Amino acid sequence: MESSTARAASRPAIHTAMRGERAAEVAAPSDLKPKLKINGLNFYYGGFQAIKNVTMDIPERKVTAFIGPSGCGKSTLLRTFNRMYSLYPDQRAEGEILMDGENLVTTRQDVSLIRAKIGMVFQKPTPFPMSIYDNIAFGVRLFEGLSKREMDERVEWALERAAIWSEVKDKLSQSGQSLSGGQQQRLCIARCIAIKPEVLLLDEPCSALDPISTAKVEELIHELKTDYTVVIVTHNMQQAARVSDYTAYMYLGELIEYDITDRIFIKPKKAATEDYITGRFG
Amino acid sequence: MGVTEHISKQFEADLDTTRTRVLQMGGLVEAQILAAIQAFHTGDPALIAQVIENDTRVNGYEVAIDGACNHIVVKRQPAASDLRLIMAISKIVTDLERIGDEAAKIARMARQIHEQNGLHAQRFPAIRHASEIAVKMLRQSLDSFARLDVASAAEVLKEDSAIDDEFRSVLRQLITYMMEDPRTISASLETVWVAKAVERIGDHAKNIAEQVIYIVKGTDVRHTSFADIERELSRE
Repeated sequence: MESSTARAASRPAIHTAMRGERAAEVAAPSDLKPKLKINGLNFYYGGFQAIKNVTMDIPERKVTAFIGPSGCGKSTLLRTFNRMYSLYPDQRAEGEILMDGENLVTTRQDVSLIRAKIGMVFQKPTPFPMSIYDNIAFGVRLFEGLSKREMDERVEWALERAAIWSEVKDKLSQSGQSLSGGQQQRLCIARCIAIKPEVLLLDEPCSALDPISTAKVEELIHELKTDYTVVIVTHNMQQAARVSDYTAYMYLGELIEYDITDRIFIKPKKAATEDYITGRFG
Repeated sequence: MGVTEHISKQFEADLDTTRTRVLQMGGLVEAQILAAIQAFHTGDPALIAQVIENDTRVNGYEVAIDGACNHIVVKRQPAASDLRLIMAISKIVTDLERIGDEAAKIARMARQIHEQNGLHAQRFPAIRHASEIAVKMLRQSLDSFARLDVASAAEVLKEDSAIDDEFRSVLRQLITYMMEDPRTISASLETVWVAKAVERIGDHAKNIAEQVIYIVKGTDVRHTSFADIERELSRE
C-alpha cells in the first residue's frame, strides 16, 4: 500500500522529466543570478592565445561543467577564475571576470584572499604532508583566529560536509597521505570548504579515482551546490551529464555552446557540440 | 545521423546494423498487413496460416532489436542524436510489433468470417480503402525513418484522420447491415474487429512518424495537435 502510494505520488515528476523539451522548466543560465560574470576574456601563454573572447555567466549555487577535448582551454579558464596563472610571469589574462562587481583580472586584491573565496581542487589529490586535522586547520588558521574548540568544530564540519568524517574521525592525527586516493580527494575538498569559499573549482576531481570514490565525490558535488557555486572541468562526459546543471562545451579556446545540461546532452544546438558528445570528433 | 562518422567504427557499425534491422522488420510487417488484408478478402487458408505463423518472426525482430539497443546503451552511453535514435528505435519496434499483432488478428478474423459467410468480407470496400491508407502510412513512416525526413513524417501524421473517417464509415455500413439481416451479426462483429485493427495500424504508423520527428528535431510531438506540430516544425 505504502509503496503504491509513493509510486503514485512520484508519477507526475517522472512524467514531467520525461517530456523533455516542452516541460524543461529549468532556467537558462542567463536567467539566473550570476556568481561569476565573464566578459570578453582572453588568455595568453606567452604568445599563444589559449582562451578567445569568452563571455558567459556562471550561475550562483549551481554546478557548471566544462567539457571539451584536451587543450581546448577549459582548465585554463578554470585557472583564471582564482588567478592561478599569477604564479607565472609570461601568462596573462585580458577582459573581465566579475565577482560581486569586482574584476578578478585587474583587481589589486591579494590573490590569497581571492583563493579563499574561490577554492580549487585538482586532478591529483594534494594532501599536505601533515595530519588529517592539520590539513583542514592549516588554511583556516591563515584567515581566522579560532579557539581550539571552534577549530575542532570547523574541522569536523568540513570533514562531515565532504562526506569523509565517519571514515577519518578516529585517526585525525594520522598523515593525510596515509588515506586512499578517494579519501585524499575528499580531504582536499574538505580543506577547500573549511575556509568557507563562495566558489569551488574542481579540475578533473575524479579522474584518478575508482568508481566508488567517484560516486562519493559526485554525491558530494550534488550536496555542495546548496551552499556553493561549483565549477567542474571533466573529460568524462557522463560525469558532466550526471553532476552538472549547466554545461559549456569549449573547443580551441572558444566557448562553442553553453546551455542547460540536459539540452546539451539530448539536443545540442550546434553541430560541433553534437559531434563531440556523440564521439564523432576529429 | 551526423555528417561525420563516429570515431569508433564499431559504434558506427552497431548503429547501422540496428537501423537496418528496423527497416527489415518494417518490411516484414508491411508484407504481413498486405497478406492479412488479402486473406480477409479472399479467405485463402494457406495465406491465413502463413500470416499467423510469420508473426513469431516479427516478435523475434522486436526482441532482437531491443536487445541490440540495450547493448548499445550499455557499451556506448549514447548522447544527443545517437541517444534519441536509440530511444526512438526501442519505441518504433514496439509499434511495429503491435502492427504485426494486428495483422495476425486480421488473419484470424478472416478465417472465422470465411468459415461463416465468405461473401460478407467482399461487401466492405471501405476496409480495403482504409487498409491501403494504413499501408501507405506505414511505408511512408518507415521511409521517413530511413531518410530521417521530417517533412515526410509530418505528412503521415496528417493522414491518420483519413483512416479514422474510413473506420467510422465501415461502422455505419455494418450497423445498417446488421439491422437489415440479424443473421450477419456474428460476421459483422468480426468485421468490426478487422476495421479496428486497420485503424490501429494507422495509429502505430503515426507513432513511428512522431519518433522520426523526435530523432531529427529532438522535439517530443506525442499528444500534440497537428497545428502545434506544424508550428513547431516550421520554427528554425
